[in-house]
Amino acid sequence: MPVADANGQKIWQRRSGRESLAHWLMWLIGVAVFAYCWQQISEATTWFFVQDAPRIAGDIWSRATPPKWEYITQLGKPIWDTLNIATLGTLIALVLAVPVAFLAARNTTPSRFLIRPIALLIIVSTRSINSLIWALLLIAIIGPGVFAGVIAIAIRSIGFCAKLLYEAIEEIDEGQVEAITATGASRWQVMAYGIVPQILPAFAGIAVFRWDINIRESTVLGLVGAGGIGLQLSSSLNVLAWPQVSLILIVILVAVVISEWVSAKVRGAII
Amino acid sequence: MSTHRELDDVLGKGWRKPHFIKRAWLRYTLILGFFAYLVAAFLTIEVNWSRVYEGLERGKQFILAFTSPDFATRSGDIWTGMMESIVMTVAASVVGIAISIPIALGAARNVAPLPVYMICRAIIAVSRALQEIIVAILLVAIFGFGPLAGFLTLSFATIGFLSKLLAEDIESMDRVQAEAIRASGARWMQWINYGVQPQVMPRLIGLSMYRIDINFRESAILGLVGAGGIGATLNTSFDRYEYDTAAAILLLIIGIVMALEYLSGIIRARVQ
Repeated sequence: MPVADANGQKIWQRRSGRESLAHWLMWLIGVAVFAYCWQQISEATTWFFVQDAPRIAGDIWSRATPPKWEYITQLGKPIWDTLNIATLGTLIALVLAVPVAFLAARNTTPSRFLIRPIALLIIVSTRSINSLIWALLLIAIIGPGVFAGVIAIAIRSIGFCAKLLYEAIEEIDEGQVEAITATGASRWQVMAYGIVPQILPAFAGIAVFRWDINIRESTVLGLVGAGGIGLQLSSSLNVLAWPQVSLILIVILVAVVISEWVSAKVRGAII
Repeated sequence: MSTHRELDDVLGKGWRKPHFIKRAWLRYTLILGFFAYLVAAFLTIEVNWSRVYEGLERGKQFILAFTSPDFATRSGDIWTGMMESIVMTVAASVVGIAISIPIALGAARNVAPLPVYMICRAIIAVSRALQEIIVAILLVAIFGFGPLAGFLTLSFATIGFLSKLLAEDIESMDRVQAEAIRASGARWMQWINYGVQPQVMPRLIGLSMYRIDINFRESAILGLVGAGGIGATLNTSFDRYEYDTAAAILLLIIGIVMALEYLSGIIRARVQ
């Protein structure tokens, strides 16, 4: 226990001398890095606009309220598209994620040194790139529209679903697998009767969880032209139709809250 | 006796796999509804197949571009964009984490009184409900183009994420330790410092590392709406069909995210 000597009396300290020095040094480096970053941001900022910001914010608020409620009649199709992008994207992602997950899990992969790294690479690369970037890319390749959105969401979700799924596969109870193997089952039968029933609840949970996230993400995919309600948002923003923007934001907020509620209910029922 | 009867019913018949959903009517309604939805969805999606077919050639070019990424031609733009993304990530993570700690304390029912709890939970709910990109659009409209809007967006998003998870950890902490500190006559700050903080520190560090990772990934798209970072460069290179440059940027993003994940793995293993 580190103690300091003060007039012959021992006083408790949290850290020893060397520890507190290292701690202090770490903080110093941290603060220096932050100060440098802040200076960089500050240099790239027009501070006049920032001083003006409260007035601008008030101005936008006064333009955006009240929302243009009658515009909601035109939002039916975009909302349906958004729902389709999220749902079909999730379905495609799940179909593709299952084999990737089985190839990536340590206990089911056919080859630990060749195939597992490839599967992990697929997981990392699809996960680390945002769905908006995938959408941008797909629009350049297959043209704007709902289809590009579906594929973008699907690709982005593969990594997420496969990662959670392979972690679930690695945590299964080996005893059940062994019991099925002992009955003389083939490799595929072991999978179907020993592994799949164990990961099915996790799989359903992951599916609903990702669907919820995908609803969120598909609401903004339209900003780059990939269909859905974001398309309306971006066209309203472009013509500065703030009452429409505020209505769309309310609709998106409601959609997000509903999808979160649904996903919480379903996950609660499964687990 | 009922178990025996069930056994009698089963005896002599082949074993069948139990269904995932036990109630038959619910199972069939779900399956039917699901297929009805699929048909409806496919009928309403318009796919221009000839356009898709034409695009396959470009898709092949893009995938080939990954074998020869071009870091050199636009190295200046890539470097500035990347630096801006990293700077935004660091600054926003620091500020976001610093703000989210008091909010997390306020949102933990065993630390904060009810009025404070309600306010902090409301802040978290608002921050979680709004997506980064929408917040960024509004902040760009208010503060003008540049990394300041991106920095504010990421800080705001960090607050919702970190406060919520940290508050849950504080709520599930061991009360005995905190009470022991309080019994020694500690003031409120000392109580937090010696009773609560040591218990939640590993989780706080793990979550912070995870959030830095997310912030970097998000900072890559904020440029699309003018909030600074590498996104603007990436968008330009897609628009100009400069796939080799785009591939270079994507590879950089993937590389940095992988490095961050590896680093956070090491740090989390050390603190736990």
